[in-house]
Amino acid sequence: MKEGRSRSFYVLAIFFAAYVLFLYGPMIAIYVLSFQGPQGGLTFPMNGVSTFWIAKLFQGTGIVDLGAAFRRSLLLGIIVMIVTVVLSVSAGMAFRRKFRAQSILFYSAIASLIVPSIITSLGISLEFRIIDDLIKAHWNENFETSMGLLTSGLGAHLTWTLPFGLLIMFAIFNRFDPRLEEAARDLGATPWQAFRHVVLPIILPSVIGIGLFGFTLSWDELARSSQAIGAVNTLPLDLQGLTTTVTNPDIYALGTVISAVSFTVITLALGTIHVLNKRQAAKGSDAGKGLV
Amino acid sequence: MDMSEEVLQQASPGLIPGSGTARAAKPTRLSPSVISWLQAGPMMLVFLAFFLIPLVFVVIVSFWDYNEYQLLPAFSGRGYTDTFEGCIDKLPELCTIGRTYVMTLKLCFMVWAITLLIGFWVAYFLAFHVKSKTWQMGLSLLCTIPFWTSNVIRMIAWIPLLGRNGLVNSGLVKAGLINHPLEWLLFSEFSVVLALVHLFTFFMVVPIFNSMIRIDKSLIEAAYDAGATGFQTLVNVIIPLAKPGIVIGSIFVITIVMGDFITIGVMGGQQIAAAGKIIETRVNALQFPAAAANAVILLIITFLIISMMSRIVDIKKEL
Repeated sequence: MKEGRSRSFYVLAIFFAAYVLFLYGPMIAIYVLSFQGPQGGLTFPMNGVSTFWIAKLFQGTGIVDLGAAFRRSLLLGIIVMIVTVVLSVSAGMAFRRKFRAQSILFYSAIASLIVPSIITSLGISLEFRIIDDLIKAHWNENFETSMGLLTSGLGAHLTWTLPFGLLIMFAIFNRFDPRLEEAARDLGATPWQAFRHVVLPIILPSVIGIGLFGFTLSWDELARSSQAIGAVNTLPLDLQGLTTTVTNPDIYALGTVISAVSFTVITLALGTIHVLNKRQAAKGSDAGKGLV
Repeated sequence: MDMSEEVLQQASPGLIPGSGTARAAKPTRLSPSVISWLQAGPMMLVFLAFFLIPLVFVVIVSFWDYNEYQLLPAFSGRGYTDTFEGCIDKLPELCTIGRTYVMTLKLCFMVWAITLLIGFWVAYFLAFHVKSKTWQMGLSLLCTIPFWTSNVIRMIAWIPLLGRNGLVNSGLVKAGLINHPLEWLLFSEFSVVLALVHLFTFFMVVPIFNSMIRIDKSLIEAAYDAGATGFQTLVNVIIPLAKPGIVIGSIFVITIVMGDFITIGVMGGQQIAAAGKIIETRVNALQFPAAAANAVILLIITFLIISMMSRIVDIKKEL
């Protein structure tokens, strides 16, 4: 490549800057608008500056029961995160060698990622309806429904987070040096000890990445929740419901609050990953340092 | 277990955690294949219970009968015939359902073409023009951040900009470029495509960037040394090598847009119908077999598009 900066560099740099502006411009607009004064409306110009609309959300006097939806989304997100981490790491370990049905699992994960969400969502809702009908017909006539946040809803979210978790595990183990485990074994470690003291610490930063991915994908998930969640709503569903009826900046305030949670979780996770990487780099090798 | 693995196991027993080893303090009695099943089984069960069986139910229910308030488990083609009701009489004009699918494909094509164009050049800039690793990381992160927040928020973010009294309209009026606010900016095909591009270009940038970053820079130097122009290098070296990323990104964008009903609903002001929207409407009317029939049709169309694309590249090899 030629040294120095060609004209194409500047053209593409401007293009890139325009793209970033396109990405951020609208979002910044609603974050700003959520701080409208009490008399403010849905558009610019700002009519005063206040935290009126955000406070209104937390008082529960607004358009949705934010507290309840918030707790439901948080609970679901945390459970999805834990299940995604455990199942992805475990399945990732299995993929390090050949086993029967591994291509079935691989293609299920890929298919789950690319089959349009509405179809997965509809399928889960049909499945639970049929289960409900069976229970009503054979066991209990008064049975209401088996659909819910932690049954059909959890399942729907996992079909979205697990493929990402598995793909991240593939990327991790592509770069993983198996000789480290061999060394552990030579020193007499059991398979579990080798995993616990050698493999896990090395992959931990990426595992936190999987958890973070799992949480935020669930926290913002809408399409798969739409048919499969049952009677209650998560925050994104409430937010979507508001888009057709809303006339106040409440909706922007809600958007700002949801984004703030996403950003906080991600910043915390990135910070943890950074600290872990630093510790790994510092403690990575004691070669030539004598006995500790 | 095949031969090479047996050799591997003998050469280094216990290489894989969980497998039985001679030296382990407590030799486990589980065979390697049982351990694989235990490790991969839970994920397989989730896909079975919440993805594969539900898909089978979609196909089965699409052939069931229904009345106003319940599913009737008896074979019927009503889900399909209701969907295409009156379509044959109307030929050669398209019926509502036909127009809806054409609209879905049209939106899908426009969004695909635009995201590909933007995604390719953004990835190209990051991979080839940004030399320092730190800058590369920083700028990639900058593109990723908006993806961390809810899609609905990113959609409604366009409303204060594009609305009748929005920033764009009031800006254009003040600048004297137009007399009346433009009505087609919001709740139109334009705003739907704009929002979809805004939401999903990310899915195009990441795979293309991943492919480009793996291209050996000396190949590009060799092309220049052999006298190729920048354009020739792009067409004959970079694009072929970035093809896997382009195909994976395209599959992502196409499948998302094909099934989308939320963005199209919100940004189209509930005026524009798309395939996903039909399914949602049928579900709301409790016509599950008709919803399932539409899901099957949508699935077949999506599958055809993907299988056409994956002929170009072996996806499994690229992951």
